[in-house]
Amino acid sequence: MKPTDVSTPEYYHKVVDCQWACPAHTNVPEYIRLIAQGQYGDAYLLNRQSNVFPGILGRTCDRPCEPACRRTRVDGQPVAICRLKRVASDLREDISHGLPWPAKVKLGKRVACIGAGPASLTVANDLLPLGYDVTIFEKLPRPGGLMRTNIPAFRLPPKVLDEEIEMIVNLGAEMRYGSPVTSLAGLLKDGGFDAVFVGSGAPRGKELELPGRREGAANIHTGIDWLESVAFGHVTSIGERVLIIGVGNTAMDCCRTSRRLGGRDIKVMARKTRKYFKASEWELEDAEEEQVEIVVNHAPKSFVVENGRLRGMEFEKVEWKEDARGRLTSTTVGTVVLPCDDVILAIGQENAFPWIERELMAFDKWDMPVVDKVTFQCTHPGVFFGGDAAFGPLNIIWAVAHGHEAAISIHNHCQGIPVTERPAQGMKTVSQKMGIHQWSYSNDYNPSKRSKMTHVDLRERFKRLDIEVELGFTPEQFTREVERCLNCDVQTAFRDKLCIECDACVDICPLGCLTITPAEESEAALRERLTVPARNTSQALYVSEALPQTSRVMVKDEDLCVHCGLCAERCPTAAWEMEKFDLLLPYAGAVTGCQKP
Amino acid sequence: MPSIKKPPVAHPSLQPNTLGLSLRDYEGAMSTLCAGCGHDSVTAALVRTFFELNVAPHMVAKLSGIGCSSKTPTYFLTGAHGFNSAHGRMPALASGAAAANRDLTIVGISGDGDSLSIGLGQLCHALRRNVRMLYLIENNGVYGLTKGQFSASSDVGSRSKKGEKNLQRPIDPVLLGLSLGASFIARGFSGDKQQLVALLKAALSHRGFALVDVLSPCVTFNDHEGSTKSYKHTRAHRLTVVETDFVPPAQEVTAQQEPGTTLSVTLHDGSTVRLSRVPEDYDPRDRSKVFSWLEAHQHRGEIPTGLLFLDEAHGDMHQMASTVERRLHDLPFEELCPGSAALEAFQKDYH
Ligand SMILES: Cc1cc2nc3c(=O)[nH]c(=O)nc-3n(C[C@H](O)[C@H](O)[C@H](O)COP(=O)(O)OP(=O)(O)OC[C@H]3O[C@@H](n4cnc5c(N)ncnc54)[C@H](O)[C@@H]3O)c2cc1C
Ligand SMILES: Cc1ncc(C[n+]2csc(CCOP(=O)(O)OP(=O)(O)O)c2C)c(N)n1
Ligand code: SF4
Ligand code: SF4
Ligand code: SF4
Ligand SMILES: [Mg+2]
Repeated sequence: MKPTDVSTPEYYHKVVDCQWACPAHTNVPEYIRLIAQGQYGDAYLLNRQSNVFPGILGRTCDRPCEPACRRTRVDGQPVAICRLKRVASDLREDISHGLPWPAKVKLGKRVACIGAGPASLTVANDLLPLGYDVTIFEKLPRPGGLMRTNIPAFRLPPKVLDEEIEMIVNLGAEMRYGSPVTSLAGLLKDGGFDAVFVGSGAPRGKELELPGRREGAANIHTGIDWLESVAFGHVTSIGERVLIIGVGNTAMDCCRTSRRLGGRDIKVMARKTRKYFKASEWELEDAEEEQVEIVVNHAPKSFVVENGRLRGMEFEKVEWKEDARGRLTSTTVGTVVLPCDDVILAIGQENAFPWIERELMAFDKWDMPVVDKVTFQCTHPGVFFGGDAAFGPLNIIWAVAHGHEAAISIHNHCQGIPVTERPAQGMKTVSQKMGIHQWSYSNDYNPSKRSKMTHVDLRERFKRLDIEVELGFTPEQFTREVERCLNCDVQTAFRDKLCIECDACVDICPLGCLTITPAEESEAALRERLTVPARNTSQALYVSEALPQTSRVMVKDEDLCVHCGLCAERCPTAAWEMEKFDLLLPYAGAVTGCQKP
Repeated sequence: MPSIKKPPVAHPSLQPNTLGLSLRDYEGAMSTLCAGCGHDSVTAALVRTFFELNVAPHMVAKLSGIGCSSKTPTYFLTGAHGFNSAHGRMPALASGAAAANRDLTIVGISGDGDSLSIGLGQLCHALRRNVRMLYLIENNGVYGLTKGQFSASSDVGSRSKKGEKNLQRPIDPVLLGLSLGASFIARGFSGDKQQLVALLKAALSHRGFALVDVLSPCVTFNDHEGSTKSYKHTRAHRLTVVETDFVPPAQEVTAQQEPGTTLSVTLHDGSTVRLSRVPEDYDPRDRSKVFSWLEAHQHRGEIPTGLLFLDEAHGDMHQMASTVERRLHDLPFEELCPGSAALEAFQKDYH
């Protein structure tokens, strides 16, 4: 195996599991340390640099960082990264000094954003301070996209949403509400824009064409439209018996909203077993806590309509078998009719671009615009896509990540730089040594278990639609939770020239991460030779240059390192050093350090 | 001294041993020795050895004298018995403990100062008595604890940190052991744990005095250019001979025997040591051959390591002294102390 190159950000970045997994590469360990030090405002601003909506995401993020978190591999439960973000947001002091400033000098370049969801808002956030004129066209009367229309207020209070959108609007965005774009060609021809960003989302709920659909229409609702009607106050009640079809995250919001609008007997109907559910485990738990019943192995067959009114739904009961290759086959074992007053369809979302003339750009066989995965440009130069509009429905943090990249492209496009010329990521490493056996981060391992979020009492929470269910962490909870973080950005940096091969680090490492061993040709062979065989191949091995005394190599399996710093403390020659790694992320017009603001 | 305790986490894939104990259960207090001290690597080898041999910690007695090396017992097997003697007096304590309880595993840890200067006489007599024990010398050529004076194992010409040369001839514990009739003699290096663990396993299975001299560099006072006990010098001059492969009693010896270079010795507890890389003109069972071979090689500045001499036939202290079979604390008081009448009767024999 070749010696590991740690001079580019790639290797160390991957060690920071959460930051690597976050689409926007939020510097999680640094903001957790800021919270630990009581610097909530700084923690908020650090978040905002990369993910733009810390308050919103601290309550709603899909949190791809948490399944990736190293702590899961050490004690089974990830650090509560997402809800710590909420702590930073809830407890932040006045942070106005740290927000981007409206541009003093204008560039004379005009950018149109279609839709006022998180993708467009991120583009505006990045371009406005640089002096661009940004106009946002939104068909609805208020901004936020699905964050406002579909994420229920009991998960995301409107105040939080308004505050964070305002921070962007205040940079000087021109907001055109109630202004659906009906023709892209028209906008391109008459708008006078230098670039257009399409952040219109995936606005169409999937249909379920079964017998009785048309006859029962009055009581059969499409999930995302129904949630939007609830959000705008057009719908204020629902029948007592409700069936939700589908078991994704939309279904969870539909059943919990129904619970608050008068639903008593609510069933979420799933075709398969729990293992195959699309909803996140935590959303399922929250729904079940509200006594929503989840019914598995029922495939919808027809709507039962009598005298023009929906009476129930017929299902096939199915059994599933998994073959050796993991493919599922079903057998029907009977049918059943479940009586109900309303049905909500929550079986997915689709893109729809009736307002984009097909001759403007290439569309693929699924009728999706062809969009470049790096530049976010479609085949029409100067038109960019992001968020759910680009590659189908994802989530908020992906919409933000797309927005940042699209903003870089738009900036390049307007400055005459090829959009394919991407600014590189940078890095900075700083020693954490404060003195002998003293580090500037909390290196001691805290054995606490993950803190459990407390919820509003069940009797209280249904009284109004907008009572936020989660109470947030108490100070006792979050001061403990921050100590669970393993500071994965504090890297073990090795200087092979200094090593005298005394084995002190190898002997002290509590998790058997280190080995001094003869070099091996293949990584697979090396993995088996280590102090503890390194069988988690998704985690990298660090391999040093040949060591001075024996020409063997120092190998570190990154998998379970808890960054306790003991290897560095026991090293007599300081060949090991604990160094904090800062990933410097490029944004439109600037490379911004992920350092303390 | 590290700022924190070793975190209470372990690699989830590590399996417990047959007693249900984990490797971490064989550790001791956090070491207070200098970072990089060879003695800490010896500790790590001891931890691994006891874990892999499935030894119950409470059946071990750890004894030592004075010195950095003599602090080692604190850093492994918290669950074992232990006692620090006065400087150089560990062998007396070990003899006593072994006499009182023949079921205990006796581990004596000493240094070159503790064993070859002030405690030399003690060492010689425990060895003659053939007390069944592991006698481990962490040999660094200096008195580490008292800041690096030359010790009796310092080689002629080896330089101190300040540059002064040692002129006195060294006492080599291996040659000393050979001449005094030790029944198990090995030499290891703290920087080669694989070899050391095998040597320690064999030593702990030997019925008798197992002398293990371990080169264990003092990183603070004797790891400079000009020292003959530094990591670098040891690595450059070390010769690995008589490689040891330890096979516990229940397991079968599977590896092939390469004629000429390999031989197997069965120990009293039924385990086997398989010795390989035995030089042509060498026989680890022939005391005088071993002596002259080692002398010749050491004269050239080489440092032979491995299981250098083994004699399983020699009886240990209990056999030679026909001691009672049972542990002394299992004897009824009347038997252990038969009273003044019995003493008088006994003394009569000598009138
Ligand atoms: C029920 C539900 C719950 C969800 N919960 C979560 C969650 O908890 N966490 C999470 O991360 N994600 C969640 N999501 C997904 C998330 O909301 C979206 O992925 C995200 O909002 C997409 O952002 P966007 O900017 O691409 O588009 P959107 O948020 O969809 O915004 C698009 C905007 O464009 C407007 N628009 C559309 N067409 C036009 C036009 N022609 N002219 C003008 N304006 C137009 C729309 O009115 C809308 O305001 C959820 C989705 C649903 C349906
Ligand atoms: C009776 C007595 N004399 C002298 C000393 C001082 N002294 C303490 S440790 C030591 C030498 C230790 O050398 P060694 O056994 O080689 O141990 P190391 O520290 O090198 O591991 C000496 C002379 C003492 N403690 N007691
Ligand atoms: S332990 Fe902390 S730094 Fe490491 S992955 Fe988890 S949250 Fe991120
Ligand atoms: S910081 Fe060093 S000692 Fe601690 S777990 Fe990581 S490699 Fe092991
Ligand atoms: S002085 Fe030498 S022998 Fe003593 S602890 Fe330090 S390195 Fe080890
Ligand atoms: Mg010494």
